[in-house]
Amino acid sequence: MNLFVEGFAWIFDPANYSGGQGWIVRLLEQLAYTFGATAIALLIAVPLGYLVGHTGRGRDLAVSFSGGFRALPSLGVLILLGLGLGIGFKAPLLTFVIIAIPPILAGAYAGFEAVDRKTIDAARAVGMTEWQVVTRVEIPLGLPLLIGGIRSSLLQVVATATLAAYVSGGALGVFIFDAFATRNYPEALGASILVTALALVLEGIFALLQKLVVPRGVVAKELKDVRQRSSRPLAAAGVPAQEGK
Amino acid sequence: MKWLASNYGLVWELMQAHIALCIPPILIGFLISIPIGWVANRYKLSRGVILLVLGLLYTIPSLPLFIFMPLVLGTPQLSSLNVVVALTIYAVALMVRSAADGLSSVDKDILQAASAMGYSGWQRFWRVELPLSGPVLLAGLRVVSASTVSLATIGSVIGVTSLGYLFINGLQRSIPGEVITGIVATLLIAVVFDLVLVLIGRLLLPWIRQDRTSARAARRRAVLIAEGAR
Amino acid sequence: MIEFRSVTKQFPDGTVAVEGFDLVIPPRKTTVLVGSSGCGKTTLLRMINRMIDPTSGSILIDGEDTGGLAPVKLRRRIGYVMQNSGLLPHRKVVDNVATVPVLNGVPKKEARAHALELLDTVGLDRSLADKYPRQLSGGQQQRVGVARGLAADPNILLMDEPFGAVDPIVRAELQQETIRLQEGLGKTVVFVTHDIDEAFLLGHQVVILQKGGHIAQVGTPAEILARPADDFVATFIGADKGKRVLRIQNVDGRDVVVDENGTPTGVLQS
Repeated sequence: MNLFVEGFAWIFDPANYSGGQGWIVRLLEQLAYTFGATAIALLIAVPLGYLVGHTGRGRDLAVSFSGGFRALPSLGVLILLGLGLGIGFKAPLLTFVIIAIPPILAGAYAGFEAVDRKTIDAARAVGMTEWQVVTRVEIPLGLPLLIGGIRSSLLQVVATATLAAYVSGGALGVFIFDAFATRNYPEALGASILVTALALVLEGIFALLQKLVVPRGVVAKELKDVRQRSSRPLAAAGVPAQEGK
Repeated sequence: MKWLASNYGLVWELMQAHIALCIPPILIGFLISIPIGWVANRYKLSRGVILLVLGLLYTIPSLPLFIFMPLVLGTPQLSSLNVVVALTIYAVALMVRSAADGLSSVDKDILQAASAMGYSGWQRFWRVELPLSGPVLLAGLRVVSASTVSLATIGSVIGVTSLGYLFINGLQRSIPGEVITGIVATLLIAVVFDLVLVLIGRLLLPWIRQDRTSARAARRRAVLIAEGAR
Repeated sequence: MIEFRSVTKQFPDGTVAVEGFDLVIPPRKTTVLVGSSGCGKTTLLRMINRMIDPTSGSILIDGEDTGGLAPVKLRRRIGYVMQNSGLLPHRKVVDNVATVPVLNGVPKKEARAHALELLDTVGLDRSLADKYPRQLSGGQQQRVGVARGLAADPNILLMDEPFGAVDPIVRAELQQETIRLQEGLGKTVVFVTHDIDEAFLLGHQVVILQKGGHIAQVGTPAEILARPADDFVATFIGADKGKRVLRIQNVDGRDVVVDENGTPTGVLQS
């Protein structure tokens, strides 16, 4: 426990937090990676996810992609891109964009999928165009799940951004790798505490934001309920088995 | 390719170390998660608390968690136990959601019917609830497996041997082939683990072969839960 | 014989499902509890096998208070058939039917052999035995449900809207099957439905329920038709709109029976 105290002591030493090499700057770098990568990922993944969700095509592909991506070692990708693109911020940023895409993609398409098919039928029945169905029904109703995906992306990137220092990309990992090189455990600990605190604070803010942004009455139905309803009466009611809608 | 040809032995050795590092967290994580998931599903109040605590644990980035471990466990800094325990924590954090979700996905009518026929609570859990949540549990376990195999590479950063060694060494010596080999080997292990899990599922859950759609739905759900899109 | 003695059930949320309910259900007959949703009929049924315990009052089976019996054991000697069959989706048809005997300790092989015989009894082909419930039609699933209810050879069979979710043609078949089985096996059947026609068709004794489990009328279908106890019953059975009225018209010297619309339905024989 004494070491933890030393870790905190490292954090609160002005020599460590001020200046261009201090942890405040590094923390801002970490945040820049986080929001930058997530923003770029949004531009790519949201349209793609909406396309999958709206057409229902490529659902399983999207899931296999999201599921399979978990196995991709981010450190390996970062280093490979670092060897290709050289040191600096480009390789880390690209790596983090890749990491940020699957959760957003999943959130976007799941948000559409969670909208009751009957609601969409009704929207068509009252005369909405396909575009209006997307913008006035599917997007607002799918919002909660999309936000969940974005939150998850941010957290994964903020955690992984620590590795950027491996290819001289800055951020809080700088201290951890420096500490390993100089066998300075308090420094490694202090930086680790900072990264963890940053992740927890972000998580807290976004959990709160998610609650505020989602308007009441628009809480998308959990997939679970839909699944149960459809799997139950099934043949008994003479309805063909349909699920996940 | 040239690099791989002359370092085949090293890669094989690292793959074995990597597998040895990954299996305990996946297995132990699964076993711990079922009772926790059951409690979370059974008592409404506990559900919020359990999921909150696990959510926070899951939020701790891996590298810092590896670094904290020696302090918490009192283990040497280079002990592989640090990585095993940390990966187990992540496995539990991910798996409990699936376990609670799987148990709650069991049709309440079927549970009523089971009770009406005279299953006691204990029998009902083992013979009805657990097998019927099987597809969701399996789907969750597949996500945990992929995630564990990938995260274990970070262990190399703190000096615990895994396929991550190939990344770090490849960077120092500027050999892209070595890094690529590491990535491919990691993915290979993940794919093999996944196939083994699917196979075990086929053996233990024969009835889902008749019900592909809900097996797929379970897979989708598990991935979405893991991605936080729920 | 099943006896309800001033049974009251209040749920934790405060709703009183049943209040001061008294009823005698005669053995080896079919008693139908009929009423709209919220009349407490399912609650009453579930109190018989202690899926629900009454707040006050007692339920006796052959003179024995069920309150003193272990619920799990009690349930294993009472058959139960529910809507949507409630079959275990991970067990083959034959194992679903054999469930209760296996729970009672009958060797698996023996229980399965007996289950196959039961498939015959409920009119199902034995080739279905190795299928999973999901592979069966709704009507077939419901028959498996009945076979399962009968598997432990219980004296009492509880049926909770068992045919509510099947189409009308299959329902008619299953109703006839139920009558045939009850007559052949002589079980005490307690049947819950919201369909008065189904109640009149199946019930030796029909219990018409109002909200809160209040009995509007008990009697044979003929008694209820002949003399509805009050306006509620008359409306419920459709007598107020002349639905149950048949008239006789004399055509070429024979008495032809016509219904409320004047449609001929048959010829009266003397």
